[in-house]
Amino acid sequence: MTALTKLFRTTTFRLSLTYLALFSVAAIVAIAYIYWNTTVLLSRQLNQTIDAELKGLAEQYRAGGLDQLVRIVAERSRTPGNSLYLVADKDGKQLAGNLSAVSPQLWDSLGPVEFFYSRPAPGGVERRLAFANVFRLPGGYRLIVGRDIEDRRELSRLIRSTMLWGLGVMALVGIGGGYWVSRRLLARIDNLSATTRTIMAGDLSGRLPVSGSGDELDRLSQSLNLMLSRIEQLMAGLREVSDNIAHDLKTPLNRLRNRVEEALREPYDESVYRETLERTIEEADGLIKTFNALLSIARLEAGAAGDNRDRLDLSALVSDVAELYEPVAEERGITLKAQAEGPIAVRGDRQLLGQAITNLIDNALKYGAPQAQGGNGWAPEVDIRAEVHDGTAEIIVADRGPGVPESERERVLGRFVRLEESRSEPGSGLGLSLVAAVARLHGGALRLEDNEPGLRVVLSLPLEGDALVNGTAPELSTGAELRPT
Amino acid sequence: MRVLVIEDDQETAAFLKRALKESGHVAEYAADGQAGLHLARINAYDVLIVDRMLPKCDGLGVIKALRSEEIRTPALILSALGEVDDRVKGLRAGGDDYLTKPYAFSELLARIEVLARRTSPEEGSTRLVVGDLVLDRLSHKVTRAGEAIMLQPREFRLLEYLMKHAGQVVTRTMLLENVWDYHFDPQTNVIDVHISRLRSKIDKSFGDPLLHTVRGAGYTIRDSAH
Repeated sequence: MTALTKLFRTTTFRLSLTYLALFSVAAIVAIAYIYWNTTVLLSRQLNQTIDAELKGLAEQYRAGGLDQLVRIVAERSRTPGNSLYLVADKDGKQLAGNLSAVSPQLWDSLGPVEFFYSRPAPGGVERRLAFANVFRLPGGYRLIVGRDIEDRRELSRLIRSTMLWGLGVMALVGIGGGYWVSRRLLARIDNLSATTRTIMAGDLSGRLPVSGSGDELDRLSQSLNLMLSRIEQLMAGLREVSDNIAHDLKTPLNRLRNRVEEALREPYDESVYRETLERTIEEADGLIKTFNALLSIARLEAGAAGDNRDRLDLSALVSDVAELYEPVAEERGITLKAQAEGPIAVRGDRQLLGQAITNLIDNALKYGAPQAQGGNGWAPEVDIRAEVHDGTAEIIVADRGPGVPESERERVLGRFVRLEESRSEPGSGLGLSLVAAVARLHGGALRLEDNEPGLRVVLSLPLEGDALVNGTAPELSTGAELRPT
Repeated sequence: MRVLVIEDDQETAAFLKRALKESGHVAEYAADGQAGLHLARINAYDVLIVDRMLPKCDGLGVIKALRSEEIRTPALILSALGEVDDRVKGLRAGGDDYLTKPYAFSELLARIEVLARRTSPEEGSTRLVVGDLVLDRLSHKVTRAGEAIMLQPREFRLLEYLMKHAGQVVTRTMLLENVWDYHFDPQTNVIDVHISRLRSKIDKSFGDPLLHTVRGAGYTIRDSAH
């Protein structure tokens, strides 16, 4: 595609052409209308004047006969102006008037007529356009009264040529302007395309130029830049995941392999074999769990999950999960307090939110107990609440454990991140990442706070529509309904 | 129990066939959707085990076709796709249960045994009885040896599910799915704690225990006198 055809194909250029065509049509119609109206009006006026004069002269003829008519006509003919007169006998011989040599066609015409006549002019004779009417007198005499309309014709010609010139100039300016605007725009777009291509070629850190004028291209560039940031972030996430997979999945796989290998090296002993196999299955189950969690997070972050979103009551769900964990907490000597007065309506996937709350409680129970040695003097207690705060629904899980230092709070949301102190508990380090991903998918956020002492995790979710605390939502599902089995 | 396994992976199919035989069941096997559909049409099976991704006609297609022909053999879908959305799609196609690969054979076995017996007449009864333990589904009352036992609503549902499948093994995942309606895997074994609470209420102060742990599989409730 040559540069020119590329230019002609731009939207701007096509738009310019379209506007030019529309504008030309409008201009032609307007001018033609004015021109036509003026002509008609002038002709009518002229016709009336000539008629009146004819009538007046006919009156003179009736009063004073041919002689008087000839005298008056001769007199009027001498007055300079554009009036034309002729009185002639039946052979066409001129008796009086300033018109000579009239064509027979005019002679016999029965109404007003346009014709050319000759008039002496400096340097010869000129043919000019005239408009006249013929009046027949008794005895074959004719009286012709007319006006020279050559000037009017000149005016029409002038209007016509002005119109043509005007249109021509308009077309030139239009096409030229379109060309200029398109070229400018095309240059910017080409610039954007070129940048995009370099970014596609691998340099994800590149950004589209923003001119700062705040126009639509700038806005587009800004949006695209935001998109690029998100892509870059996702790519970084992906890289991180593959690194993590390499480490956190390969290590247990290796362990598993070593164990089996070792058992095979030993002489046959059924109890050893059995134990090895059982531990292998255990390890495999652990790997499967980690793998599932990773896949879920990946799907959530790609926005490819959670199509089963319904309006649901967060309070009911929180109470439900808390109830599921209450015996576990009791067994571990931790007081689990749930406060969820609702309903609090959110739009969400019950399974995903349930899993998120489960993970939060699970974490709190695992890591949230005050350490045995050098405890902070607080009774082991986990506090779960669902409430509406500043127009957002919040699930708060607070414990009295060692907490997470402020500098680590962002980091522990990442995949496979486990704090040194927590290494003793089993876990994959994916729990909070999953919660964060669920929150993001639902348009919410996850933040960690200091519970003074302890950790306070807040999962905030947007409220669903009008659904506030007044229980105005009859269709609100409370979640756990026993399915027919 | 006569089981049809529709599975394209030879090794998995052979494993399932062997394991089912060891558990006292008869398994037949089809390697693709069309063959499976054909067998399911001409023979009467108690349960179908259908892999979701199959050559020729995929698993969901097989089940849909059977359901449209009014063949109501219970079907368990096996799939590598484990998200909630996939599950919902599977059940909507006419599947009766959904199990994500990789799975433990004990889990699969417990599920198909429950599936095969779900058409039993006891399904609709309002009173469930195991030994001297009686659960009344209408009045929500539980008695053992005539003595009233107070249960929390959730404990009641847990017991109801166990008693409905009395004599069968019920896995932790099945309980989580059917009693709590959670289709995810909590990190901690929460179910065990609930079961031990229930056990302390229904078994502790009575003679023979009814609620048994099946090692490596799950739980079962049965009258040990039989």
